Amino acid sequence: MSADNGLTTGKVATTNGTEPASPTRSAKAAGAVANWADDRLGLAKATKGMSLRKVFPDHWSFMLGEIALWSFVVLLLTGVFLTLFFDPSMTEVQYQGSYDPLRGVHMSRAFASALEISFDVRGGLLMRQMHHWAAMIFIGAMMIHLMRVFLTGAFRKPREVNWIIGCLLLLLGTIEGFTGYSLPDDLLSGTGMRAADGFMKASPVVGTYMSFFLFGGEFPGDQVIPRLYSMHILLIPGILLALITAHLILVVYHKHTQWPGPGKTEDNVVGPPLMPIYMAKAGGFFFIVFGMVALLGGLFTLNPVWKFGPYDPSKVTAGSQPDWYMGWPDGLLRIIPAWETHLWGHTVSWNIMLPILIMPPLMLMVLIALPFIEAWVTGDKREHHLLQRPRNAPTRTAVMAALVTFYGLAWAAGGNDIIAIKMHLSINQITYFMRAAVFIGPVIAFIIARRWCISLQRHDEGKLLHGYETGVIVRSPDGGYAEKHLPISETSAYVLTARDRDEVWTPNGTADEAGVAAPGGKLAEVAGKVRGKLSEAMFADNVQKPTAEELHEGQHHAEHELHELEGQIAAGPNKHGSSNDH
Amino acid sequence: MRLLNRSAGRLSRHRRGPLAGLAVLLLGLLMTGGLYAAFAPAQADSTQSQEDLVKEGRELFLVGCAFCHGQNGEGVLTQDGSQYGPALTDVGAAAVDFQVGTGRMPMAQPGVQVPRKEVVYTDDEIDALAAYVASLGTGPSVPDAELYDPDTLSEEEYDDYVTRGGQIFLANCTACHNFEGSGGAMPRGGFAPNIRGVDPKHIYEAMLTGPQSMDTFSDGNIPPDDKKAVIAYLDTLNEQPNYGGFTLGSLGPVSEGMIAWLIGIGGLVGFAIWGAAQTTRTTEKKDGADA
Repeated sequence: MSADNGLTTGKVATTNGTEPASPTRSAKAAGAVANWADDRLGLAKATKGMSLRKVFPDHWSFMLGEIALWSFVVLLLTGVFLTLFFDPSMTEVQYQGSYDPLRGVHMSRAFASALEISFDVRGGLLMRQMHHWAAMIFIGAMMIHLMRVFLTGAFRKPREVNWIIGCLLLLLGTIEGFTGYSLPDDLLSGTGMRAADGFMKASPVVGTYMSFFLFGGEFPGDQVIPRLYSMHILLIPGILLALITAHLILVVYHKHTQWPGPGKTEDNVVGPPLMPIYMAKAGGFFFIVFGMVALLGGLFTLNPVWKFGPYDPSKVTAGSQPDWYMGWPDGLLRIIPAWETHLWGHTVSWNIMLPILIMPPLMLMVLIALPFIEAWVTGDKREHHLLQRPRNAPTRTAVMAALVTFYGLAWAAGGNDIIAIKMHLSINQITYFMRAAVFIGPVIAFIIARRWCISLQRHDEGKLLHGYETGVIVRSPDGGYAEKHLPISETSAYVLTARDRDEVWTPNGTADEAGVAAPGGKLAEVAGKVRGKLSEAMFADNVQKPTAEELHEGQHHAEHELHELEGQIAAGPNKHGSSNDH
Repeated sequence: MRLLNRSAGRLSRHRRGPLAGLAVLLLGLLMTGGLYAAFAPAQADSTQSQEDLVKEGRELFLVGCAFCHGQNGEGVLTQDGSQYGPALTDVGAAAVDFQVGTGRMPMAQPGVQVPRKEVVYTDDEIDALAAYVASLGTGPSVPDAELYDPDTLSEEEYDDYVTRGGQIFLANCTACHNFEGSGGAMPRGGFAPNIRGVDPKHIYEAMLTGPQSMDTFSDGNIPPDDKKAVIAYLDTLNEQPNYGGFTLGSLGPVSEGMIAWLIGIGGLVGFAIWGAAQTTRTTEKKDGADA
């Protein structure tokens, strides 16, 4: 290199490898700062368990939760910007801003400031749209993250509590989204509030009270926007932030799950350390998420409030839908028959209670209970840090397929009018179809997904025992054709065999030899029988991994095949130039 | 006016004359008749051409419309009592101008709703058909351009009309036609069509006559001036830029949710897969494997 480089050599190198390095000035300073902070804050002790060398395994499906995390950060950033200009007041004003078609129209200050953000604040419309897009992505990412966790068995002991926290995050995210949707006080959000008012009033006995408490009187009143605003920018984000923190602390505490592979066990975690590699990747991924949200916000219109105009209970528009994550209860509401009961002069609206007040909480309960139901059925009390491939838990995968199918059908029903006009269908026919499909669809999905998984298991077993298909077709001396199989690599074989055999839970010991019933009595016995049957059904038809002997035999067979093949090739017609041998 | 005043002054000098009143009356009649003749010169001719037009319309009607609407526009019933085509005796010229002028009539096949399609008749033929159907009874006539054309408004008037029209539009039209006029679903396969880019005359006629499942917005319900305001608002929607970017069909949250999943979530999962494939480990291995 150049001469001036030689001048600085002495300053750069503090060690030649045989003598210890002397700390540089900056390292000394950093150490001093760290000491100063540690003496006063006790950071070293508090973060003892959270080493920066913490290992985080690498797999694309482990990044799905991160999409949710980073879109939440985008929500916080853009949300703070919006609070600077949004005025959550229902005081009536006459609009005098720069959007011509609404100038002179009477509206709430909330809507006027939403217009101001859209048209008069620099970058305001971009921020509004980014905030809204980020919200849609936040909840979507939580859902695909949830599916990943469920399908790979990452919810099993010791991670059940984190599963519950995740479910609560999904619930809170949805409520947060709904309050945000309602804030601008445009025609669409007002229609949504009107629907929410109806839902509340559908609850027996307390319905009207709830509605009057929320709206501070009869709908729409002049209270609800400021109240939702407090919830939207303070209460719910606060809880979300706390739960996200708890969620992440538990990830660190439990350590991340990993896919099975050579050198990966239930007792270790293999992957790059948090610092610097994972930090760099995760930090980079934040910018990707931010960039995607910015692109969406800049390119695609989301909730054009200026076209909806201010809310007015006498107005409504076709295509009034909630944001996508509220679409599935809306869909159930759209397809349910008009069931009502009249009791002593009161109407019990089952047609609203079932889809809106009963189904969503019920689905949340089912979601929260899933890990516990599975643990009860399998009787599995061990800790699990190695993930399962979805095919190796066919019944679990099928349960998720059924849930997703139900969700998807209900969700599609929520867009029935758009489907009708875009596909030239009758909205009535869609409704009739969906009424049956939400019941039949999940059953079909369950059966197909389960059998599909078992078929894939059989395929894996075939690969282990008979090797992979080479594509080499051999004709035997008597004229038969056969494809030759060769053994798979040891790494692939390891991945395929790195799983437990399924153990069916049996209700043993309910009565001892002398006929004395186990404690718990009749009920426990029945429960035990049900549990045994369920456990049997859960694992029925699953393909278990081959035993060592079977594998050995398979290998032996494969070697034999290989020799045979080589022999055949050696003795084959190619040896004698088959091209002109007809 | 001044001229009239002067002549009135001249007449007043002979006011006491016994024939003065009669003279004024005669003069008045003469002027009325003369002015009418002067400003409606084609009266005699137009009666003639109107008759021709009706006749021509009847010819066209018998060929293209009578099969369903009856030879005298009285309508045709099917055996089970429903209609092949409704009676046209009191629909007026505006209804014909709308139905035929937007290609809905003659319809290609019976169905839940007649869709807009290519226009079959020429403008002159449509006029003739409208004249014939109008001759069968009462009903609104084809509106003049100044009733519906927003271009006839001055600039200040236009802004007022747009603001007022937007509110009328949201109160009366969006429930079926959607907040941007992109259309919406109606029961049993019916639909409120997309009304963006439709000829203002046809929008006016649709409001006036209430075609198919649409309500009739009579002049008592929405006065002509308010109809024009609605048209001016729709005109603004066409003119104004898409402030927020691509409008996704202006269909509301359904298409927005689709974009959130297909582009947002789909794209980010793609990036996650791409990111996870970029490990420091893989490059190390490549170097190490060769060594």
